[in-house]
Amino acid sequence: MSLRPDLAIIAANVAAGSRVLDVGCGDGALMAALRDTRQVDARGLELDAGDVAAAVGRGLSVVQGDADTDLADYPDNSFDYAILSQTLQTTRHPDLVLENLLRIGKHAFVSFPNFAHWRVRASLLFGGRMPVTRLLPIAWYATPNIHHVTVDDFRALVQERGIGIEGSWFLSGDQSCGSAMANLFAEHAVFLLRR
Amino acid sequence: MSVDPRYGTGRSVTLPGPLRLDGGVLLSPVDIGYETYGTLAPDGGNAILVCHALTGDQHVASEHPRTGKPGWWTRMVGPGKPIDTDRYFVICSNVLGSCLGSSGPATINPATAKPWGMSFPVITIRDMVRAQAMLLDHLGVDKLFAVVGGSMGGMQALSWAATFPERVASAVVIASAARHSAQNIAFHEVGRQAVMADPKWRGGDYYEDNDPPVAGLAVARMAAHITYLSEAGLTAKFGRKLQSRETKTFGFDADFQVESYLRHQGLAFVDRFDANSYLYITRALDYFDLAEEHGGLLANAFKGADTRFCVVSFDTDWLYPTSESRSVVHALNAAGARASFVELKSPFGHDAFLLESPELDRVVRGFLQAGVA
Repeated sequence: MSLRPDLAIIAANVAAGSRVLDVGCGDGALMAALRDTRQVDARGLELDAGDVAAAVGRGLSVVQGDADTDLADYPDNSFDYAILSQTLQTTRHPDLVLENLLRIGKHAFVSFPNFAHWRVRASLLFGGRMPVTRLLPIAWYATPNIHHVTVDDFRALVQERGIGIEGSWFLSGDQSCGSAMANLFAEHAVFLLRR
Repeated sequence: MSVDPRYGTGRSVTLPGPLRLDGGVLLSPVDIGYETYGTLAPDGGNAILVCHALTGDQHVASEHPRTGKPGWWTRMVGPGKPIDTDRYFVICSNVLGSCLGSSGPATINPATAKPWGMSFPVITIRDMVRAQAMLLDHLGVDKLFAVVGGSMGGMQALSWAATFPERVASAVVIASAARHSAQNIAFHEVGRQAVMADPKWRGGDYYEDNDPPVAGLAVARMAAHITYLSEAGLTAKFGRKLQSRETKTFGFDADFQVESYLRHQGLAFVDRFDANSYLYITRALDYFDLAEEHGGLLANAFKGADTRFCVVSFDTDWLYPTSESRSVVHALNAAGARASFVELKSPFGHDAFLLESPELDRVVRGFLQAGVA
């Protein structure tokens, strides 16, 4: 089974044998890969009951819950990594979620679709409509993405909060692209953060 | 293996004990009615203890001897089922205090040669678990691959993990709670008072005349049965429909279908259950507060536990609502335990755990299989 590109980046950069909390773990694809290939002790949090049932059905430890409200239940420093993939922009309080990730985990992986990608900009600039793209496929009234964020917005937030960036990866389609122009050319960003 | 008289359906054993109860009494001997299904692996590593609910029994997947009905969890336990008796050695025992072969108020007190009645010591969920541990010793089962239970059975599963963590590899806790709430206690008190208000109860000494307080027990069951259902479920099933009549009778017969249904539930129950056992087991449930047993902090109950947990609730269960399961999960997370939790959708309220639920089957099957090395 092949992982989504952002998940493949995360999977390749998690230390073997570590403890991982995957927030918004979906059906557990990343957790299963981490468990099977890197001997990771993985736990998950997922909102959707069907996804939780699927993940538990494949033998993973997943709790049904909401990143906005249920991360508070996890003790400080209880994981090596907290992972939030494609979920930050759906939370009610992304900044608090980010702080919780770095309270619970020594490191945090965060991936999100970049709202400043040129195609998104073009759609808004020339079409005058909220963008519907490959990574943002749902119309404005139905999208779960309530806090759109750009690469530069995210960099500014972590700098403001004194959070360290240990690594960053940028994707356009399945191809990686450079950091310098990432805010314009990356469809998708992955950051590795530390407290 | 089948020649070993300890294994099979319809078994019972009298263990010498003594069993030290939470109330301070030493109980001896200890009778336990139980059943086993499947074959114990040579290394003993495939044993699953299924714990039954308040009025359940050991006939989890075999015909009930008094009612002739199929076992109460045949959709979960059996060959090829999520708790697969082709793979696992499944044990189910009648809880202490009950009335289908285990020591309880209806059994004979050896000191007086008469039924215990209300002189039977008050028991707790943990006492039930300790009695089950004695049974496992008798069966040659050192460590459980899993302990599984719904409702009061889930409380036993939690109590197992807290009391004998080294003997439990995994625990499945369905539609349950780590303590009885004020509302839970209140409903039980209504039931107990209904039994005790029946003149036939006579302080619990009704065995020798064989004239039990069936009216009181039936009312207790009717009240309790409402808590096992959901309002939406009752409305869908009965609404305001009348029972075998065109109009209201302007009397107090069971005009409504829902009345007729509850009366039937009450009457069917008294044929298979002892009124005093109902008092004792509801008391054990009311006393249950796992946090209280661990310095007021539920997480302490699971500290350092190597047990894997799977907690399941149902969205329409108002007897043991999702919030109770969440507080268990919160404690498990705080203790660093490996825990899974899911709230499943069902229109059927608390009873959902006993009914057809492909999602529950999938969760239980997958969770158990993940524990197979």
